[in-house]
Amino acid sequence: MTVITGVTCPVCGTFCDDIELVVKDNVITDVRNACAMGAAKFLNYATHRGLKPLVRKNGELVEASIDEAVKKAAEILADASYPILYGWSSTSCEATRVGLELAEEVGGVIDNTSTVCHGPSILSIHDVGISSCTLGQLRHRADLVFYWASNPWDAHPRHIERYTMFSEGRFQKSTWRSYVSRLRGFMSRKRLQRAANLVLRRDIFAAPEVKRRIPYSMFQKKRKMVVVDVRKTRTAEAADYFIQVEPNKDYELLQAFRRLIRDGELDVDEVAGVPVEILEEVADVMVGCELGVLFFGVGLTMSEGKLRNIDAALSLTRDLNLRTKFLIMPMRGHYNVTGANVVFTWQTGYPYAVDFSQGYPRYNPGETSVVDILNRDEADAGLIIASDPVAHFPRKAAQNLVKNPLIAIDPEITPTTLMADVVFPSTFVGIETEGTAYRMDHVPLPLKKIVEPPKTCLPDAEILQRILHKIRKLRRNVN
Amino acid sequence: MPRLKVSLLTGRTIDQGKGKEMGKLSKEYLESVVICQMDPNDMKSLGVKENTNVKVITDFGSVVLKAMKSARTPHPKVVFIPYGPWANVIMNPRTHGTGMPSFKGIPGEIEPAPNEKVLSLQNLLKQFRKEN
Repeated sequence: MTVITGVTCPVCGTFCDDIELVVKDNVITDVRNACAMGAAKFLNYATHRGLKPLVRKNGELVEASIDEAVKKAAEILADASYPILYGWSSTSCEATRVGLELAEEVGGVIDNTSTVCHGPSILSIHDVGISSCTLGQLRHRADLVFYWASNPWDAHPRHIERYTMFSEGRFQKSTWRSYVSRLRGFMSRKRLQRAANLVLRRDIFAAPEVKRRIPYSMFQKKRKMVVVDVRKTRTAEAADYFIQVEPNKDYELLQAFRRLIRDGELDVDEVAGVPVEILEEVADVMVGCELGVLFFGVGLTMSEGKLRNIDAALSLTRDLNLRTKFLIMPMRGHYNVTGANVVFTWQTGYPYAVDFSQGYPRYNPGETSVVDILNRDEADAGLIIASDPVAHFPRKAAQNLVKNPLIAIDPEITPTTLMADVVFPSTFVGIETEGTAYRMDHVPLPLKKIVEPPKTCLPDAEILQRILHKIRKLRRNVN
Repeated sequence: MPRLKVSLLTGRTIDQGKGKEMGKLSKEYLESVVICQMDPNDMKSLGVKENTNVKVITDFGSVVLKAMKSARTPHPKVVFIPYGPWANVIMNPRTHGTGMPSFKGIPGEIEPAPNEKVLSLQNLLKQFRKEN
């Protein structure tokens, strides 16, 4: 039995690097420090995995040798005039580099999952710019933390604990104790209320007191957390103050804050369902902080306004920097989606949705982004790696994806591999293969190899390399 | 049949996140994504009980899901569905020139569907199956 320390967790954008794994006979038997998602991955990754390459024959997926599958995949890509190569966010930067070479060779479109995640954020960053930093700075210094349209308690479970409220920074203390005591108080109040309801035989919740002012704790000199979301989440419960915004109204609220922090006045009673007096007080807290940070989630990019919502958030941060120090950071989803953007950018000049069909890289999201191409039914083949678009694209896009020849490279069995024509079971990057990935704040960290992979599974980079060589060979023979 | 106009949101839940890591074919994943979280008052007005089937309809399709009471309320006329193949059947594929489909704030309708079944993953994928 060996304990491996300092393992990076290949699940979400928080990309924790303090995981400890207990390994016995090439099997991970215990996980320490990980969240529910991380532990589920390390302990169950091998449960629903593919072991042999598959090729579709007469409508059925049948086992094939790796050479046969590579040949079939190479033929599909070489014959296609406008293939899409999509995924890349849950694999290593090394595999993405080979993927870009492959996309250039076949003259296809290469896109990563940020296209349906923080793509609009990237477009806004092109327009406005971003004042950001690494998470370590925030851990030690941030005294006001905003989570806007983001629910880290469910999507990035250790983000609050490692980098913001519950982390013990050099200049900012953890608010864990006050959170626990607040929770205890809340629970006992609830118990008392329930008892009172039973005794008095009426619902004392019936007419709740309308709170118009923000709580006293927001003005204390300590770390504070504000959550803005369309529904009350577990993150919102842990916050010092929660602002419930009406769906699709984030833009209005962000612009209202921009006006207020410039000492402007609003001639309305409420904005996006929030009373203006509350907004004024929150704006005071924003201006009064020493170092604030706004983490925003896909709630802004996926609802009405899309990139314009991010424009407003980035501009709000820029405006706040006239009065105090404020930073902003997108809450990236997959552990290496930032890495995919970085590798795309250093190889082609563009972060996602790169079209090689003209022989040189071209970038025009809305036209060269994969969902638009599929909606217009322009692609004639697809290669999907480390991603599951059949499960996560809108139905029309998914239907147009699976009607063409489809190659899937994924260690797990997913709806996409079930619908593909050629399936390569790869190794799990960060468990069975080494590599590099970028955390959401653009810090590169190594992915470790913990256990030996099954002999029939190859790393993503090697599968791509083999397909690329085969395509070049096919083309040489033709010429 | 009573119908209610709602705003649909999709998003991550910790159960869905855990389920997807346990495997997309696992029981945990299925149970975590074939649900929709509703405001208890909306459920009352529709006459729907917890764990019974409802049909969610948008301009782009319809899907049968299990209704669940939301743990944190109120959020009247807002229905939350975890990310997954079931939710994406009814999402708006239009990107408005941004590359990004709309996955949140989709107008839709919801009605009780006591006699309809939630599709299994295989049956759902059959609807996508190419004819060859």
